Amino acid sequence: MLRLEKRPAPSRAWTAATPVLAVVLTMIAGGIMFALLGKNPFEAIRIIFWDPLFHESFAAYSRPQLLVKAGPLILIAIGLALGFRAGVWNIGAEGQYIMGAIAGASFGLAFYPSESPLIFPGMIIAGALGGWAWSMIPAILKTRFRTNEILVSLLLVYVAEKFLASAATGFLRNPEGHGFPGSRNLSRIESMNNPELISGTGMHWGIVAAFIAVITAYVLLNKHVLGYQIKLAGQAPRAARFAGVNPNRLIVLCLGMSGALAGLAGLFEVSGPAGQISIDFNVGYGFTAIIVAFLGRLHPIGILLAGLLMALTYIGGELAQLMLQIPAPAIQAFQGMLLFFLLAVDVLSTYRIRVKKEGVA
Amino acid sequence: MKTLTKIMAVSALSLGLAAPALAQDDPTQVGFIYVGSIGDLGWTYEHDRARLAVEEHFGDAVETSYVENVPEGADAERVLTQMALSGADLIFTTSFGYMDPTNAVAERFPNVRFEHATGYRRDHPNVSTYSARFYEGRAVMGHIAGHMTESNIVGYIASFPIPEVIRGINSAFIHAREVNPDVEFRIVWAYTWFDPAVEADAAQALIDQGADVIMQHTDSTAPMTVLAEAGAIGFGQASDMYQFAPAPRVSAIIDDWAPYYIARTQAVMDGTWESTDTWDGIGPGMVGIGEMTDAIPEEVRASAQAMVEAIAAGDYHPFTGPLNRQDGSAWLAEGEVADDGTLAGMNFYVEGITGDVPN
Repeated sequence: MLRLEKRPAPSRAWTAATPVLAVVLTMIAGGIMFALLGKNPFEAIRIIFWDPLFHESFAAYSRPQLLVKAGPLILIAIGLALGFRAGVWNIGAEGQYIMGAIAGASFGLAFYPSESPLIFPGMIIAGALGGWAWSMIPAILKTRFRTNEILVSLLLVYVAEKFLASAATGFLRNPEGHGFPGSRNLSRIESMNNPELISGTGMHWGIVAAFIAVITAYVLLNKHVLGYQIKLAGQAPRAARFAGVNPNRLIVLCLGMSGALAGLAGLFEVSGPAGQISIDFNVGYGFTAIIVAFLGRLHPIGILLAGLLMALTYIGGELAQLMLQIPAPAIQAFQGMLLFFLLAVDVLSTYRIRVKKEGVA
Repeated sequence: MKTLTKIMAVSALSLGLAAPALAQDDPTQVGFIYVGSIGDLGWTYEHDRARLAVEEHFGDAVETSYVENVPEGADAERVLTQMALSGADLIFTTSFGYMDPTNAVAERFPNVRFEHATGYRRDHPNVSTYSARFYEGRAVMGHIAGHMTESNIVGYIASFPIPEVIRGINSAFIHAREVNPDVEFRIVWAYTWFDPAVEADAAQALIDQGADVIMQHTDSTAPMTVLAEAGAIGFGQASDMYQFAPAPRVSAIIDDWAPYYIARTQAVMDGTWESTDTWDGIGPGMVGIGEMTDAIPEEVRASAQAMVEAIAAGDYHPFTGPLNRQDGSAWLAEGEVADDGTLAGMNFYVEGITGDVPN
């Protein structure tokens, strides 16, 4: 008979191995699903994981796109991971992402058609503040009234979406847009553009910011007292309190950091790849980043890799749709399997499987 | 001289022979990107039906591919680029939000033709735009609604306050009022194109306000389910929604993109494709009117059918004066017909509609 036995400490080897195992299991289960849909599973897996990187006609374009797609995911996930480590559950990064984009775009467009070089830096600050302010709502409600930040932050996503629709059809609507929804195209206005920094690499300021966030979070968690407090609060809240950690301060800090980073991601997206505020500007980065954070084991380097892997499944998934006509929901199910298997095999890092002999009752 | 003629004749002949041979070896690739799922039974569903019609029409001479659920913005640009890299000759981008990505990708792939639905930007010679005069269908539905309502309250589930939607409301209202001077419109803004839960709530709210006929400018069939329970009637939107006939669905406005898609694909094959702006209605068949069921009295069916035929023949324009704006100021004089520019950017209600266009 098999029995699970809790390990005294999580196994380091399994902690590193489980994400890889989860990817392999996803490939197997996903392959079975593709086969049931009548598609060649080996071809599908190859198109999703291999072709975006090495296909002769697609790779030159899709490799830089990996960075473009992974950038906002990593930036948001880093912020979320800090909170998750401290036991602060910000599920509403999507809303903070939207509000950051709106705040940043509003700042820039308010000065249209000025060409001052200060506009883009100002937009970055406005974007971070927009996301931060939106995350302060669940933070203050939690510290003052003990509301549940999971619910509040999540529901505020829907409020932010309505605000986005209102912005796109109202106060940010392009006055030269023939009455159609959507703001001016920021990426075509010199002073508000978040350009590709090195041609052909996909690198823009948002990706630079994501790398900086990875490094900063790494240092913070390993070298700084705040990082120590975050980890302590998550693992042993009572001990943290005895050690003088102020839980309310930590809640405000963690939600604030993740909100600001999500806001930044929104700003870099709206001024670069997306180009404009539109009704459907948000495409789920804030939610996908939750998967990325856990796939990366809440570790900055892990998140960096997980963000790139997630981006790969998006781009490869689109290619699989295009080349094999695999339906989009099947691709989404495939991505969902990744999180499912990760959580499922997680048990191996905290538990040991023991074979126990039947008998001697 | 004779030799030259001969050479020319031979080369012309060989060219003529070579062209079909080439076409056979290398089918024309036509790509589609969809904002929704092909199973939405509304907007995307109809575009995909038209794609299948293209496949059926051309057989082996054309290969089609599609990517569904593509968000507007950066993702659209990437999918379009991948489609162009995969060898597409012609790409239909079937949502307004694909406008900037379409033009951006078109610039990088001058040999690929792009067709953007419902937009207005044709920055490059390889971009066309196309849309349908849905307001012609709305006029017919408004005519039926005006006749059918007993409470004199017609509910309207609107999506976003953009010219396309406002134009539809105006067209429906004008023709409902024309046959029923007491009719009033109650408009709910759902701020979505497709969200069954929100649409069902909107339909229920309108019924609670006394509406017994409901029109929708959102794509799901959820309102139909609510109407069926409440005993009210409505109209199919984008697709026929015939599964709800004979009631609550009494007729429908159907987007029929197939004739256009087939014609444009043919133009690419013939080498006659050019950048154009198409805005077609009932006449060319881009807007279809779903079968009017027995739930509608026979004389109303007859008058509605007469309107369909008059619009199709070009004898009647749904926006014909005298018409005033909501604030009472004159818009169109007696017999005057709205110009396309005003219609394309329409941002005001006509006289008689209560409430404001949200801003």
